Amino acid sequence: MSAPRGPRRREPMGGHGGFGGGGPMGLAMPVEKPKNAKGTTLRLLSYFRSSVPLLTVIFLAAIASTAFSIWSPKILGQATTILFQGFLAKLRHIPGGGVDFAKIQSLVLWLVALYLLSSIFSWVQQYLMAGIAQRTVYGIRRQVMDKLTRLPVQFFDAHPHGEIMSRFVNDFDNISTTLQQSLTQFVTAIVTFVGVIVMMLTISPLMTLAVALTLPLSFVVTRSIARRSQTYFLERQQHLGDLNGHVEEMFTGHLIVRAFGHEERSIAQFDRMNEDLAESTWKAQYVTGIIMPLMNVIGNLGYVLVSVIGGILVVQRAIQIGDIQAFIQYARQFSQPITQLASISNSIQSTLASAERVFELLDENEEPIDAAVPADVAATGHVAFDGVAFRYEPSRPLIEQMDIDVRSGETVAIVGPTGAGKTTLVNLLMRFYDVDEGRILLDGRDIRTLPRPLLRRQFGMVLQDTWLFNGTIRDNIAYGREGATREEVEAAARAAHADHFIRTLPHGYDTELNEEASNISQGQRQLLTIARALLADPPVLILDEATSSVDTRTEIAIQKAMQELMAGRTSFVIAHRLSTIRNADLILVMQHGRVVEQGRHDDLLRRGGAYHDLYQSQFAGAGLSDEPAS
Amino acid sequence: MAKLIEFLRPYRAFVALVLVLTFVQTMSSLYLPNLMSSIVDTGIIRGDEGYILREGLWMLAVTVLGGAGSVLASYYGAKATAGFGKLLRTRIFRHVEHFTLKEFDQIGTSSLIVRSTNDVMQVQQFINMLLRMMVMAPLTAIGGIILAVRTDASLSLVIVVVLPIMSIAIWLVMRRGFDLFRSIQKKVDRLNLVLRENLTGVRVVRAFGRVPYEVRRFDAANLDLTDTSVRVFQLMAILMPIVMLIMNLAMVAIVWFGGVQINTGTLELGNLMAFIQYVMQIMFAVLMVSMMLFMVPRAQASAVRINEVLALEPEFRDPDDPLPVPRGPGTVEFRGVTFYYPGGEEPALHDVTFTARPGQITAVIGGTGAGKSTLMNLIPRFYDVSEGSILVDGVDVRKMRQADLRQRLGYVPQKAVLFTGSVLENIRYGDPGASLAAAQHAADVAQASEFVSEMEEGMEAEISQGGVNLSGGQRQRLAMARALARRAEIYLFDDSFSALDFRTDALVRAALRRELTGATVMIIAQRVSTVMDADHILVLDDGRLVGAGTHRELMASCPVYAEIVASQLSPEESA
Repeated sequence: MSAPRGPRRREPMGGHGGFGGGGPMGLAMPVEKPKNAKGTTLRLLSYFRSSVPLLTVIFLAAIASTAFSIWSPKILGQATTILFQGFLAKLRHIPGGGVDFAKIQSLVLWLVALYLLSSIFSWVQQYLMAGIAQRTVYGIRRQVMDKLTRLPVQFFDAHPHGEIMSRFVNDFDNISTTLQQSLTQFVTAIVTFVGVIVMMLTISPLMTLAVALTLPLSFVVTRSIARRSQTYFLERQQHLGDLNGHVEEMFTGHLIVRAFGHEERSIAQFDRMNEDLAESTWKAQYVTGIIMPLMNVIGNLGYVLVSVIGGILVVQRAIQIGDIQAFIQYARQFSQPITQLASISNSIQSTLASAERVFELLDENEEPIDAAVPADVAATGHVAFDGVAFRYEPSRPLIEQMDIDVRSGETVAIVGPTGAGKTTLVNLLMRFYDVDEGRILLDGRDIRTLPRPLLRRQFGMVLQDTWLFNGTIRDNIAYGREGATREEVEAAARAAHADHFIRTLPHGYDTELNEEASNISQGQRQLLTIARALLADPPVLILDEATSSVDTRTEIAIQKAMQELMAGRTSFVIAHRLSTIRNADLILVMQHGRVVEQGRHDDLLRRGGAYHDLYQSQFAGAGLSDEPAS
Repeated sequence: MAKLIEFLRPYRAFVALVLVLTFVQTMSSLYLPNLMSSIVDTGIIRGDEGYILREGLWMLAVTVLGGAGSVLASYYGAKATAGFGKLLRTRIFRHVEHFTLKEFDQIGTSSLIVRSTNDVMQVQQFINMLLRMMVMAPLTAIGGIILAVRTDASLSLVIVVVLPIMSIAIWLVMRRGFDLFRSIQKKVDRLNLVLRENLTGVRVVRAFGRVPYEVRRFDAANLDLTDTSVRVFQLMAILMPIVMLIMNLAMVAIVWFGGVQINTGTLELGNLMAFIQYVMQIMFAVLMVSMMLFMVPRAQASAVRINEVLALEPEFRDPDDPLPVPRGPGTVEFRGVTFYYPGGEEPALHDVTFTARPGQITAVIGGTGAGKSTLMNLIPRFYDVSEGSILVDGVDVRKMRQADLRQRLGYVPQKAVLFTGSVLENIRYGDPGASLAAAQHAADVAQASEFVSEMEEGMEAEISQGGVNLSGGQRQRLAMARALARRAEIYLFDDSFSALDFRTDALVRAALRRELTGATVMIIAQRVSTVMDADHILVLDDGRLVGAGTHRELMASCPVYAEIVASQLSPEESA
């Protein structure tokens, strides 16, 4: 799950969402709160609408299981009482005295039945919940994916991928665990609390009062500790973030640290941060660590009170000895649901915050709906810009009043410093963004009147930042056209001069590309994207000419393949090679993403403007050495 | 893991205190039932309320003692754990700071980062658990068993029967659970992979109209993950009910067999009640340990990864008696240098000999994989040569201290890494003592002044981590300014112009030529236009030096160079 920024990841606490859920640890961490708890809760619950009958069963099972387990101490207590009476009878030498085993036997049978039922119901409850919770998460995940496919590309440009990924990974983890555990825990905790109080009251109101007196104590203790520990945890988180950031930076820049001899400086800085971290770590850990012992002390306080008061009550014959036994068990269960409820409510809150983020994503504005499907479009590749204006940010003009006319089969060279230029072109032509003014025409038809998938099929992209996915080479080429046959894939690869290198790979066309596709070179990746485009056979192309990081042989292969690809198609080329530029039917000179000049090579040179400057610096290299800098 | 426990050694006094205090804590909580049993057996039966109250006060004292013990245990445990983490981190970080590039390549930078951050955290948390729970649980179990046996040996047979049953039940469930959890992790990775591909490739996916295909792919991964999750949670659903059932049945058995003994007069009732509580505590301890076992594989995996880092020794260290650095002009000489990457069959550099002289620009050109960057990385001694030698002013670089050697170099890397801090701080990274004017001048030469002055705070403008708030070209120029601030004798530019637009590229080179008149300058470039006017051009092909000379000489004599030129320039320009 290697999230893009490793160290920033929320650190794992405790075991992988297994069981147990909210221990007192849950209380100690700072909690993220939802903005609109009620709305989010209702919306999250609405996903369960179809599972209401099953959920009813689950809650009934939870209640039954809890009820049975609350009932049992009482019966165990009765058995103890009978033992005690038999014991006393023996002690006092009452004739025929002794333990009444017939009664004991029936009580024991009762107990076994109760325990069995309680366990079975608890199992049924958890078993069924697994299905519901996980399938609900499945449904939400699918909804998110569907949503992503309908969001405009703008959304992906505006949100870092890491952010979307972490939303997906962490938030869903959170939601899944809570749905799995907290909902039923919530129910059982309440039932236990109520049930235990009732049972205790039936035994002795006085003892119940004594135990209840420990309650505010445990409230005060947990509250005050939780508040303090949350600040320590925040502090620790801060220091940890600093330290991890430093490690990330120093290791990434290792070469520089060493080249400039700053090892000791880096270590000194690390030591300072590490010291701070250790300081806040022990405080946070200590404070969390004492919650449980303190709760234990308070619990034991109750235990002592029960033993003493109970003992005296038994002596005064107000209650039976077995009642003490039962009461001890109840008292132990008494404080449990309270801590549990507190930590469940924390995890529910943080889950609601997670759900809120997911819902925010689901509520993002979608791409405008496509125009109605026109009759079959078989574009010839005649592209025209008619008074196009476009800007990403309203305050920063980018393209103003752009008119170009590219006839079918012509080549447009885009030259100029690297920058947003080519991306903008791709964005506009393929309607990842819409123009602000004017229109772009494909074969005389405003591209906004075409459904997007249809429009995009008219374009092929071969860019330098190739995108290949995790799968075989064959699948990657076949991506160009759904349902392409083996032969077609291989023919495309041959035409793209990729066949040869593919066959030298260990598994040929079935070679799996790994995650970064780093098992083939940059140039080879580009050959694959050319093959992919060839297979798609679009009338218009957008190409990136290779600049660097390609060895000479592959470079020649790419050049040939590109010429192959461009033959007979309208091509927009991000050009670096003079021959391409010189032969282009139209040159667009871009600076800072803006078209500053357009025309043919000779005209532009004569004009002596930006193109002339560029040409001089780029291709007439030596000429500039004498020119004054700045 | 055992090796890492070493890092607890300085805190052994704390650890010992934790053990003792935890022992006090467990014993006190085990002693309570004992006191209660005497309330029943003595107080209640005699009807002695005074005795009951006295015993009650004792119980209170024991409770407080136990509580104090565990609070103190938590204190020393936290100190020891935090100290452990601190020492381990320091050790790793210092160790890694002395790695050569070979070790970085071997483990990988991102993996090194994860190992020194997340993995340490994992181990630290495990140690924390170890000191708290895993000490307490066995103590409770052992103490509980001793008390149980002392109370009634024959009744203790129940424990002998029940504990194995419970352990086996837990083991059976967990074993399947472990496997399933592992396969869940793989499926989560798969789902995330598909999602990430969809994020990075959103344009391609849409361009080829493959949205439905991607949705299907995602759905398959989603469904697969869901099915496994359902299975694992359904499996885990049985765990607690079964454990509770076993515990409860054990209690029933104790009441039954205990009843028989009470009837025969060999057991007192209070003791029976105490016995039940001992057994409960023992079984909870066992349950707790088995839960903790879930953390072991994870922590173990982290420990292994950390040990790998610590076991890795830097390929070389400074010589014991380094030669003093010659105060020469900075001539760099390669003599028959051959270099293999670790595990490489073919040398990355093969018998390379040349001299780069002061006052000259020596350019290196060649395709990808020709060995240009390798050559450059050997000069600051990021790697050691396999054969031959590299001399700076006639002294073998292996005979100098690394710091002394690098002190003389101004290195500009291929990937312009900047650090968080201001622009000025980044330039001063080259020379911490550089005056503001000197830093300003370095920025001028690197053509960085213009964009720096356009930033709101100029030289004081903050650079975010990795320099993401700057463009690639801006980062390269600052990296250059940083090296220039050193006023070094030897400058190494490793493809440092790639992100500059052609005009800036030319301006920078012109400025460098004026500025670095006496220095030895080496430039790697991909673009012919960048190297054409160098005094001396080295042509590399597959690790071999296939040509050396000026542009004009090479055009005539070196076919590889001519080929590169032909692929980038039109005939009239290359003349």
